[in-house]
Amino acid sequence: MNGNSPALHCENLRVRLDRREVLHGVSLSVAAGEWLGLIGPNGSGKTTLLHAVAGILRHEGRVLISGEDAAQMRSRRRARLVSLVTQNPVLPAGMSAVDYVLLGRTPHRGLSLAAGSEDYQKALSALESLGVAELAERPLNKLSGGERQRVATARALAQDTPLLLLDEPTSSLDVGRQLEVLELIDEMRRGNGLTVVSALHDLSLAGQFADRLMLLADGRFEADGRPAEVLSDPAIGSFYGTNPEVLTDDRGTAVVVRRSNAAGAPGTTGETEQTGAPGATANPSQMRRERPSQ
Amino acid sequence: MKPGVNGVGLAPSRSRALRWVCLGLLTIVLAAAAGAAVGPVSVNPWRALLEILDWLPFVSLDSGLNDTHAAILRELRIPRVVLGLLVGGMLGISGAAYQGVFRNPLADPYLLGIAAGAGLGATLAIIAGANGGAAYGVEAAAFLGALAAVGTTVLLGSGSVASLLLAGVAVASFFTAVQTYLIQREWENFREVYTWILGRLSTSGWSEVLRLLPYAAAATLVMMFFRNHLDVLSVGDDEAATLGLRPRRIRIAVVLAASLATSAAVATAGLIGFVGLIVPHGVRLLAGVSNRVVLPLSLLFGGAFLTLADLLARTLQSPAELPIGVVTAFVGAPFFLAILRSRIGRTA
Repeated sequence: MNGNSPALHCENLRVRLDRREVLHGVSLSVAAGEWLGLIGPNGSGKTTLLHAVAGILRHEGRVLISGEDAAQMRSRRRARLVSLVTQNPVLPAGMSAVDYVLLGRTPHRGLSLAAGSEDYQKALSALESLGVAELAERPLNKLSGGERQRVATARALAQDTPLLLLDEPTSSLDVGRQLEVLELIDEMRRGNGLTVVSALHDLSLAGQFADRLMLLADGRFEADGRPAEVLSDPAIGSFYGTNPEVLTDDRGTAVVVRRSNAAGAPGTTGETEQTGAPGATANPSQMRRERPSQ
Repeated sequence: MKPGVNGVGLAPSRSRALRWVCLGLLTIVLAAAAGAAVGPVSVNPWRALLEILDWLPFVSLDSGLNDTHAAILRELRIPRVVLGLLVGGMLGISGAAYQGVFRNPLADPYLLGIAAGAGLGATLAIIAGANGGAAYGVEAAAFLGALAAVGTTVLLGSGSVASLLLAGVAVASFFTAVQTYLIQREWENFREVYTWILGRLSTSGWSEVLRLLPYAAAATLVMMFFRNHLDVLSVGDDEAATLGLRPRRIRIAVVLAASLATSAAVATAGLIGFVGLIVPHGVRLLAGVSNRVVLPLSLLFGGAFLTLADLLARTLQSPAELPIGVVTAFVGAPFFLAILRSRIGRTA
């Protein structure tokens, strides 16, 4: 592995599903330690891109992970470099949380996949770092939605990979829990030099946690840059069908999405549908506004 | 010390698993002792145990049994007990493996057409025997029939789990239809075929045990090797792939091993239902869902369960013998329901 290589580099990535090309020659590069947010409307190819990088979907084009060509890698090697939290992780009923998180150690275990005490320690550490160590012996079907999401993320952390892919990791959580889980991942990233590529529907969360955003639409990248730039890009309005108000301060970039026909509509006195900074509620009046021109 | 980890670095779930394995081994010993001691000629279980230990290399013990009792043990009871342990163990672990590999709690060892294939093979051999052919080939014919059925199923349905299961249904229907046609044509063999279908563990000595042993050993090794892989497959093929596994290869290896074990067991003892379904489910209810534990415990408790079922089969209407398949269904279903109810009561 080359120390100066990007954590992830894709060249001309193409994916076909049911004989239809859904990713049309996408190229991207993510530096080590960076958080890249993939945004785009439903069906734009975010999940497909993450699944192709994780090795679930066959693809054309080059994928380099930590400088290594993924096409030349054994699946076990790839699993030591990339972990994925899927949008709807399968959590087998009856399995204990610690046994589930232990599955993340699979690529590090011997041929028979017998778990050693080090694997147990790593699994417990992952649960601890997400604040759910006390749930270790609890069956997965007895966990709340937020706890399940944390345990699923803990499994990916236990996999101990330099690159973490997150596909809508907080979609089933309320806004407080969303912030909490993303904060924890951000702490792990800053503490361990983890590289994160996430698909997020919530533009405000994407703007606050990602270092860089890429807008994907119909299987192509339409915009790439710092969150404030991408979220202010007129392309956002054309693909999402609404023009968000972008608010930037030293805590990040938040987005306010208003009803298109706001005049006279109930609740138009400044309420926001999507906003918030980590650990505090964003106050739009104190933030710099960047209204996209169209 | 971190929470949830004990002094030797094992999670509590792992220590519990070890306790269950010890309990499984104890159950095996008790079932074997009961199977050896009970019969038309009753033998003191303690003396039976000493006699068995005396057979071990470098062990010399005086069991106090007379020559007749020792011979009954050596030539009749113990081979039958060992065969029961092997057949029950194979059906138990194969059922657990099928349920794990297909992620389907209703999967049983006969899922891929093995029962129908073995039934057709045995029917052909019985009819051929009645017409002057080699009746002793029933076992071999049942084994080949089972392998032919599962081979056809795997060939036709290897695309996905759903297509494999559907292929199993189609192959089983076809083989059963041919078997029904043959039985209707050769009506006088109906009773013999039916008796075979209901299963039995009567032996002519150690020969059946020795014939089954290599298949049982090889298949058990493969299934036990992949027991942790089955836990990874429980999160689905896509996620298992991101964890570095190749789900399709694992599935084929486990299905082949479980099918080999089941085919060999069915060829030796006929169609014994329920064991492959209720034993793994009972184990899951008692010891958790991890295949790391479910597979070895299904092997142990499957063996113990069938040995005890055989004990009932040969004593309930002594000197007549009940078909063991009837006993497993009759005892197994209420036993399963009792475990289920107690579990529901505990978690309510």
